Amino acid sequence: MARAATTADAFNAVAEPRRRQILDVLAGGERPVNDLVLELGLAQPQVSKHLRVLREVGAVDVRDVGRQRLYRLNGHALKPIHDWVKTYERTWSERFERLDVVLDELKQKELGDGGRDE
Amino acid sequence: MADVTSSGTAVLTLPTDEQILITREFDAPRHLVYKAWTTPELVSRWWPGQRGRMTLAEIDLRVGGQWRYVMIADGGFEVGFHGEYLEIVPNERIVFTEAFEGAPGVEPALNTATFTEVQGRTVLELLTEVSSKEIRDMIVGTGMEGGVQEGWDILEEIAVGLR
Repeated sequence: MARAATTADAFNAVAEPRRRQILDVLAGGERPVNDLVLELGLAQPQVSKHLRVLREVGAVDVRDVGRQRLYRLNGHALKPIHDWVKTYERTWSERFERLDVVLDELKQKELGDGGRDE
Repeated sequence: MADVTSSGTAVLTLPTDEQILITREFDAPRHLVYKAWTTPELVSRWWPGQRGRMTLAEIDLRVGGQWRYVMIADGGFEVGFHGEYLEIVPNERIVFTEAFEGAPGVEPALNTATFTEVQGRTVLELLTEVSSKEIRDMIVGTGMEGGVQEGWDILEEIAVGLR
């Protein structure tokens, strides 16, 4: 993968809902443009424009088979995003779990106040 | 399918294009949740999660006051955030900016933490507002509207299927 296609580009590429939709469809397997046009209910030029953006960041690959252009996902380009979000989500879950423990202690300390020395 | 979550689990939603809302219920009255959020020694215990060790927790809890959290992640690198308190309603609400020191060019997020007590339990809502939809999507990623988990199934598959 070319290093020039920065992760920021990939982030921007998937920030657009229609492009996410394309990625969702392609997650099911390689598809010709016509399929995507049908699935998304968009005009072909629009779909092509989105595909171009996705190609530029390496999120999709294309190959010609006969007269058809087939598009497929390139998961490597999306992995940084996946990792980022997973980290964000997990970070907060972990923080909250720890916070639960801290709160338990604070509660007990409050209940035990008066009888407990510290 | 937005509701696979129950109390005790964080729920992540996207109220508008530029907002991320995390909601979580805690089995404690809100003055304690607030205390755990605003006391450096306590913040140090939960903020790093399981990813590292807190090395700095500075909290100057007054309007205009600064905060800064730094941790050493398990990989050995430092992760720092800082910001300023814009509004403080004790036990109820804190409004503060948050800048990630690893991305100095990015405009700080505006956070509002709201603590609501219901029968001895506390609902925490943490609203993060960013300057653009792109930054929001960068933070939470794609397809999260339907709930944290399902939205991620697709990309999870993609990531797992890497070969």
